[in-house]
Amino acid sequence: MSKESPTNRAINSLADIKEYRSMLSWITSVDHKQIGIMYIVSAFVFFLVGLGLALAMRIQLMVPVSHFMSPGTYNQIFTMHGTTMVFLMAMPLLFGFSVYFVPLMIGARDMAFPRLNALGYWLYLFGALMMYFSFIAGGAPDAGWFSYAPLTERGYSSSPGIDYWALSLLVMGAGSVATGINLIVTVLTLRTPGMTLTRTPLFVWMIFFNAFLVILALPALNAALVMILADRQLNAHFFSPAHGGSALLWQNYFWLFGHPEVYILVLPAFGVISEVIPVFSRKVIYGYGFMAASTVAIAFLSYGVWIHHMFATGLSYVILYVFAGSSMLIAIPTGIKIFNWIATMWGGSIRFTTAMLFATAFLIQFTVGGLSGVAFAAIPIDWQLTDSYFVVAHIHYVLLGGTLFAMFAGTYYWFPKVTGRMLSEKIGKLHFWLMVLGFNGTFFGMHLLGVAGMPRRAYTYLDRPPLGTLHLISSLFAFVLALAILVFLWNVVRSLRKGEVAGDNPWGGWTLEWATTSPPPVENFDRVPPVRGRRPLWDLAHKKEGGQP
Amino acid sequence: MKLQDTSVFDANSPQARAILHLFYFDLVISAVIFLAVASLVIYAVIRFRQRPGEGEPFQDPGNPKLETLWTIIPALILLALLVATAYTMRVVNPPVIRSEPNVVVIAHQWWWEYRYPQSGVLTANELHMPVGKKWLLCVESADVIHDFWVPGLGAKVDAIPRNQNYLWITPSKTGVYPGTCAEFCGEEHALMGIRVIVQPQEEFEAWQQSQLRVPAKPSGVEAERGAQLFEERTCMNCHTIAGTKARGTVGPDLTHVGDRQTLGSGAIPNTWEQLTKWIMDPQKIKPGCNMPSLKLTESQAHDIAIYLEALK
Repeated sequence: MSKESPTNRAINSLADIKEYRSMLSWITSVDHKQIGIMYIVSAFVFFLVGLGLALAMRIQLMVPVSHFMSPGTYNQIFTMHGTTMVFLMAMPLLFGFSVYFVPLMIGARDMAFPRLNALGYWLYLFGALMMYFSFIAGGAPDAGWFSYAPLTERGYSSSPGIDYWALSLLVMGAGSVATGINLIVTVLTLRTPGMTLTRTPLFVWMIFFNAFLVILALPALNAALVMILADRQLNAHFFSPAHGGSALLWQNYFWLFGHPEVYILVLPAFGVISEVIPVFSRKVIYGYGFMAASTVAIAFLSYGVWIHHMFATGLSYVILYVFAGSSMLIAIPTGIKIFNWIATMWGGSIRFTTAMLFATAFLIQFTVGGLSGVAFAAIPIDWQLTDSYFVVAHIHYVLLGGTLFAMFAGTYYWFPKVTGRMLSEKIGKLHFWLMVLGFNGTFFGMHLLGVAGMPRRAYTYLDRPPLGTLHLISSLFAFVLALAILVFLWNVVRSLRKGEVAGDNPWGGWTLEWATTSPPPVENFDRVPPVRGRRPLWDLAHKKEGGQP
Repeated sequence: MKLQDTSVFDANSPQARAILHLFYFDLVISAVIFLAVASLVIYAVIRFRQRPGEGEPFQDPGNPKLETLWTIIPALILLALLVATAYTMRVVNPPVIRSEPNVVVIAHQWWWEYRYPQSGVLTANELHMPVGKKWLLCVESADVIHDFWVPGLGAKVDAIPRNQNYLWITPSKTGVYPGTCAEFCGEEHALMGIRVIVQPQEEFEAWQQSQLRVPAKPSGVEAERGAQLFEERTCMNCHTIAGTKARGTVGPDLTHVGDRQTLGSGAIPNTWEQLTKWIMDPQKIKPGCNMPSLKLTESQAHDIAIYLEALK
């Protein structure tokens, strides 16, 4: 460890922190860093499971009229794939990054409520395990991650799958709300002196607003889950039209949660990109004000667009016009971000590390996902293409080509901070290129499948050109994508064992997490550097004395 | 008749064409924006790559004027798209005011029922329509949510229980238009195909007349045996055949099943060999469908198939 280290202890890896050595210290931990790591590792394990389910689907769809699996099995698998990737992988992954880095980036010792933080993680883990327990308890849920009523009513779904689905999501939802509150309070109360709200790093800013989305959106889902459980277990009739209930009520509740949820999965990714691009372009973020304001705009608007998931349900024109308008409106703040990131790179001195490569691919792929999203706001196009593979392409460009690529950028960027070791750049670049190839190969053709009339969530299709060819191509590239993930796994395992020692600040970052050891000690900082602007470590290096942000 | 494509580019009604034109407009906008973003990124990647010995670049904190520009330009583009959207909506699916539907579409797990209220015709899975007529479809569901989607003819609409949705279609070319259920509706969602048979007016009238006739009594030993088996076994608990005791309404009406091109909602072609296999074990062809395996011998299934195929 270098002599300039802000702490006096020599810390180069997690093993150097004696408080982390016993298994018990992890299970009983209220340390935000351990909880963050546990979130990220659990999310990655469920990512591998979700990926396995996806590969099973791609094998089934490789050829028309395939008999690889029964329709019942396929329906369980696609339901569990969606549920796993959204609730068991993406949300905990983002929470992991949030609870790990927010306290560090604002110069805090821990989260505001460390025990609540631990509760959030354990609720998530046991909720997730309960979800998978359904496989051996009479059948996994099989009505899709959206679980439209009345298909989920007992009359149409007699296996306990939906009960497990609703109960597990309820458990995890409670944990998510707790973590959301915790993040808000942490940012509001634990910022180091000098760090005003408008001086927080954009990652923190975006997580802060994201936490509001979490605590306001999840209750809509939780309420709907209680209602469907009441329908199934207590013979209530909230969503049962045959008994005077409403099928569309479920959709309204679900998407009132579900659309903010999309932004819950995307805003943290925006935050990561807003850290990675400036550091590797060696430039300050372009237009902090516009970036921050557009985040607030997205968070606010995301509550006013849910009907665009329901354009084909036969709503009145007034409602359709309003939601077409609002859905297009939300594209504007997103567009601002894309242009501001490019402007940040403009005139910079860009280092193409693996993290920066992932961030660059994010810009392009997320743009594709954003543009296909705008197509759905143009209602007649939605009437043709909704519920087709065009939507499958769209969500994967947003959540895989967008969010997951951003999280890989974040992983390559922050892995040295968390573990004290660098990931191999050489293997990282192999991982990156395989991933770009695998991702685009798998999902670009799905736009064409949708346009060719292929409905989504179908376990098979009749042999009608060009469906077979497009599905086959998609399936083959899915294996390239899986290979890319294996390469990443190899990179992690190898780097943990013999990766280059990172040091405090290997990338020349400017935010506070780089002002402590890698990994940070239990107490995070011996001394938090003075904060007189948005980039404390830049100010320190340039001896800035003024008080401008 | 020609089997049409399910591509949205193969638009065969004014409604489908209006959507396609809006889609082209959107594609052009998307292409321009994508190319702009991609070329800016690529230029930045090449031009601003770190060069050896380079110092710290100029720290540009932003330019509100420029940023306002890339707020306003996309806003104007989207405004144009919104106007085009509102216009196209009026063309594709104008609100229904005091119009009687020409056909009522009722979705079931996992087949389609069609009722023609003016003529009283009732059929399943294959929808007959005259060419060039603007028809109003009323779409309902008997159980869960489904969605009626025939890409070649235009928009889709959800079939929601206890709810009526409407769809205007003016088919402009004769042919057979495949479609499908587009909302996940349970185990056999994938095999819930639609066929819209668009015919010249006279042909459609003739078809409609034929559907109103009670089919002839079975002739031939096999067919007679088949008819008897149909009554003895549980078939008529679920199916209707006009002129017989069979009055079930759970499954598709079979009064003129011999007329149809496909079986099992488009799962297999309608031939007596295929029908025999279907009757023997529908679960093998369409696993999870509501028709159980009736434990018939092959010759019994064969006789029933011969009987049903003669129902025209």
